[in-house]
Amino acid sequence: MEFIQGLLGEQAGLVVWTLLKIVAIVAPMMLAVAYLTLAERKVIGYMQLRIGPNRVGPYGLLQPIADGVKLLLKEIILPAKSNKALFIIGPILSIAPALAAWAVVPFTDTLVLANIDASLLYIMAVTSMGVYGVIIAGWAANSKYSFLGAMRSAAQIVSYEIAMGFALVTVLMVSGSLNLVEIVNQQGRGMGGGSILSWNLIPLFPMFIVYLIAGVAETNRAPFDVAEGESEIVAGFHVEYSGMAFAVFFLAEYANMILIAALTSLMFLGGWLSPFPASWGLLGASGFIWLALKISLVLFCFLWFRATFPRYRYDQIMRLGWKVFIPVTLVWVVVVGAWMMSPLSLWQ
Amino acid sequence: MADIRNYTLNFGPQHPAAHGVLRLVLELDGEVVQRADPHIGLLHRGTEKLAESKTYLQSLPYMDRLDYVSMMCNEHAYCLAIEKLTGVDVPLRAQYIRVMFAEITRILNHLLWIGAHSIDIGAMTMFLYAFREREDLMDLYEAVSGARLHAAYFRPGGVYRDLPDTMPQYTASKIKNAREVARLNENRQGTMLDFIEDFTRRFPACIDEYETLLTDNRIWKQRTVGIGVVSPERALQLGFTGPMLRGSGVAWDLRKTQPYDVYAEMDFDIPVGKTGDCYDRYLVRMEEFRQSNRIIAQCVKWLKANPGPVITENHKVAPPSREGMKTNMEELIHHFKLFTEGMHVPEGEVYVGTEHPKGEFGIYMVSDGANKPYRLKIRAPGYAHIAGLDEMARGHMIADVVAIIGTQDIVFGEIDR
Repeated sequence: MEFIQGLLGEQAGLVVWTLLKIVAIVAPMMLAVAYLTLAERKVIGYMQLRIGPNRVGPYGLLQPIADGVKLLLKEIILPAKSNKALFIIGPILSIAPALAAWAVVPFTDTLVLANIDASLLYIMAVTSMGVYGVIIAGWAANSKYSFLGAMRSAAQIVSYEIAMGFALVTVLMVSGSLNLVEIVNQQGRGMGGGSILSWNLIPLFPMFIVYLIAGVAETNRAPFDVAEGESEIVAGFHVEYSGMAFAVFFLAEYANMILIAALTSLMFLGGWLSPFPASWGLLGASGFIWLALKISLVLFCFLWFRATFPRYRYDQIMRLGWKVFIPVTLVWVVVVGAWMMSPLSLWQ
Repeated sequence: MADIRNYTLNFGPQHPAAHGVLRLVLELDGEVVQRADPHIGLLHRGTEKLAESKTYLQSLPYMDRLDYVSMMCNEHAYCLAIEKLTGVDVPLRAQYIRVMFAEITRILNHLLWIGAHSIDIGAMTMFLYAFREREDLMDLYEAVSGARLHAAYFRPGGVYRDLPDTMPQYTASKIKNAREVARLNENRQGTMLDFIEDFTRRFPACIDEYETLLTDNRIWKQRTVGIGVVSPERALQLGFTGPMLRGSGVAWDLRKTQPYDVYAEMDFDIPVGKTGDCYDRYLVRMEEFRQSNRIIAQCVKWLKANPGPVITENHKVAPPSREGMKTNMEELIHHFKLFTEGMHVPEGEVYVGTEHPKGEFGIYMVSDGANKPYRLKIRAPGYAHIAGLDEMARGHMIADVVAIIGTQDIVFGEIDR
């Protein structure tokens, strides 16, 4: 950093350095998204007695690149009756929050772009913005199918945000911090001695389940994919999008999936902490590799759900959100609160 | 007060859940369907009219193309109608073969139905599981007739050929190595009947596998229980047949009530539903898999023990053997007449209804004694079912309309004809 600042002056150097750090996060991120699409096709393929893509490159490893190039070269069709400006803003609004949220996500206890104190709050705020992209896209296309998709997605995401928020409230209650680094470090202390036993997963298990399911619903993934609803409203909000504009929605969806998986790992699965006690030597050492493994595990669950479950109906999703998840989380917030005040508290 | 109008949505004909070319005009209040107006005719090919200018045998392959997922069952009804008018005797072995293939076709049809129905509801893995078994049955079609889809295997008076003594086998390729090929060919070593027997033994486990994925799945039940309820009275009034009627609790099956071919000899049960919703119809069809499997097993057992002719000796209807034609003047004349002029069917009219996988598939035929029918009318089961779509879908949501189309097992080849 000093080298760049010496070259460009103090202010400009800081900006360039920060930009470089952003690139260092976003570029691997996009690569991860691309290969998540391949992983999805492969995993679901094997679950469905197929082998998935295997033509482009060895074992189909270049498939995402080929898909990307194809989408880049395709025309972005602007429907004649659409609102052109909003039509373009839609995909931008949906990918921007998905990427911006990564600013505060820590990869290890020191490796984080912005280690701010209210990082959990920041993530909540930024990810809520994603729904605007979907609504605007659905509205701007001026198609009945995309309008239905946008309406469904608006109602769904807003409802599940509440349950998700309450799940996070319990996490921050036991951690006593909104800082993600602190939340992970807190899971390394406690009675389990830093192993899997001290993670939030065990005492907050119902919240973990609620968060995971709400996460699936937030990202519009099967079985909550009514906003796209292939067999009902064709492709929902992005039915009129083509080429790169469509690809941006696609990237946003997968970036959100990885984000939700990362947050689940950080808040419930101990982030970069090893599941084994620190005394186990190399296995007990914490590091980014553990976080990557945990993220992959959660992402695998996302794909597994998609291959297994039928799609919920729109009103059933709302019922699940409002009548099951919100009461459960509300009760559990009170339970955890009482637990923390009682002599049996794990979090002294 | 603002003027609130319903939202009209054009659903199809290009829609992933339209099962071909169904065009539905949906009138929606929010997402709730107020009126569902099916528009048909986009796949009309004039089969009935075409039959009037083709000989009886030339029309037979058109039957495959009516309901293109239960090909041989369509042929079955057509052949039975001609046999009834001409009065030819069908050899017993041919009857068993036809019953066996009619049931294989029923499984084929229901496999496609379960795949399409579940993919409509969002469980896409089912589709590929169902197609794994379909592949074996398609191989049977291919082995017996040379075509995987449009078999043209049944003939008035019997079937085209006897069952083959060997099953076609996989060969090694870039994709399948020798070990994989050996595994795939393991049950194809014997005759075709051995392969079918092997299929009947492993198929119940496959049905159990489908059921573990769907039957007790909470989401599947939420999506199908109480959706598209039809009371038994209404189902009868609407002219529903097949699983659509049995799902409503009416035990009506032409294989039992008016047995044709050797169905009377077969031991099988008719599953019926209770409430008449999509879930009951699902359960009825799942049970039909097992019952069809039972019938096939019985046919295989009989066919293994009883060789014999597979087509009638009446050479006014069926061609003579190749050998006979080359050595015998009379048979040569028969062959010539049959393949130039076609068969002549005595004057009269006939209706034959068969228990097709989708319901009652009927052929009404009027003959004036010529070599082609004077009039042919096809009673397609799906036609009556789709007429009930509006009633079944009213008050449900868009997602349920998709489930109802799936449960009706619509195929446009037969509806539009």
